Amino acid sequence: MVNFDNILKYLAVQAPLRAFSGEDFNATKMAVQEYTLPALPYAYNALEPHISAQIMELHHSKHHQAYVTNLNNALRLHVAAVGAGDIASQIEMQQVIKFNGGGHINHSLFWKNLAPAESEETKPEAAKELVAAVEKTWGSLDDFKNAFSSTLLGIQGSGWGWLVKDSANGLRIVTTKDQDPVVGRDVPVFGVDMWEHAYYLQYLNGKAAYVENIWNVINWKTAEERFLGTSEATKL
Amino acid sequence: MSSTLLRTVPALRGALRASAVKPAAALASTSFVRGKATLPDLPYDYNALEPYISSKIMELHHKKHHQTYVTGLNTALENIAKAEEKGDFTKAASIAPLLNFHGGGHVNHSLFWENLAPASREGGGEPKGDLKQAIEDDFGSFEDFRKQMNTTLAGIQGSGWAWLVKDKESDTLSIVTRANQDPVTGAFVPLLGIDAWEHAYYLQYENRKAEYFDAIWNIINWKTVAKRYD
Ligand SMILES: [Fe+2]
Ligand SMILES: [Fe+2]
Repeated sequence: MVNFDNILKYLAVQAPLRAFSGEDFNATKMAVQEYTLPALPYAYNALEPHISAQIMELHHSKHHQAYVTNLNNALRLHVAAVGAGDIASQIEMQQVIKFNGGGHINHSLFWKNLAPAESEETKPEAAKELVAAVEKTWGSLDDFKNAFSSTLLGIQGSGWGWLVKDSANGLRIVTTKDQDPVVGRDVPVFGVDMWEHAYYLQYLNGKAAYVENIWNVINWKTAEERFLGTSEATKL
Repeated sequence: MSSTLLRTVPALRGALRASAVKPAAALASTSFVRGKATLPDLPYDYNALEPYISSKIMELHHKKHHQTYVTGLNTALENIAKAEEKGDFTKAASIAPLLNFHGGGHVNHSLFWENLAPASREGGGEPKGDLKQAIEDDFGSFEDFRKQMNTTLAGIQGSGWAWLVKDKESDTLSIVTRANQDPVTGAFVPLLGIDAWEHAYYLQYENRKAEYFDAIWNIINWKTVAKRYD
């Protein structure tokens, strides 16, 4: 089970190390938590034909793994920089932590908010409360899907589109650039990776087709749990 | 904003056909048509950069990606002109990000194609003359420059470009990065650009982007870079 609490504190607070130790600051004593690549909740070919096995394998075993590896390295270097009183290196590492920590969080959320098309989880009926809230906000589920898809296609460069629940329980569509994660009071309900690596081997420059097909593999059950705050992922 | 972008997608096929028309023939009475951007021809065949960049990548990159920027740029210019005509400057300003993105995409790719060349022709090797001297003065050696460029490329978070640029005032060289399709403007003259978007290498190199950054030195057109320097 992925525990994001520490990374999120790290990203949200500008004095990240205190969030880790909870004790008086002593860099030499501090054990840095190692993050690991979470297993996918389905096989690499389980999302075919909407997302190919080749994409899933590279995306999970190479891209996500690189974010995890680079996050762990940056956290170690950051601790060393704190120990050495080297503020410039700390700031440099914070950028690397933000990018790779964000990459780790985003992909961990993404895998869980997808499911094989033929499963019960991908039916909107698995998200009764969420769909009711979506219909209240956008008029209908289709209107929401159109708005979400347009937002995804409007992203310039690498980034993510998210359905989030804000602190007043309202739903909004937001985008984050590169690997910026959703932080603060917004709760990510589901996210879609719009980096080219997420679709290029299968869809090439035809990202509109990827966006159209992603709806077949959205895990509405997970989305409902995040919306209602009943899954561990909503600790985010 | 996003809906404007969407509208350009169905127009793509038509635009591809339209781009076969030479700009001079398309000259018409309105200032908008006169200023229309068109997809430039590649100065070499799609397969000419193999094995360093595959034919398939080159074809998609030029015919689809670059064409989309050209189409998007023309749409943005057209919509800005329409808004201007109506005196709706708020609307015109709201289109600015699309103008920057697609205009930058058109400019960047046009520069990129020209600063590449087949390894069997001008591509690869090392710069000569004043440019060689300037690189040695500002980076220590060509090898140091190459390493610094590769480190910079590897450090780009997300989509973007790395550029060797010349400062207009001091003539000194430096390496800069630009996010997404932001063009190099202002104090800098772009000399050499390398596309670090995933579409530039993914079909051939997948996640191994360092291999792409190593390979591209075999097809850099130093003649073009030197011309831009002088
Ligand atoms: Fe990704
Ligand atoms: Fe490109």
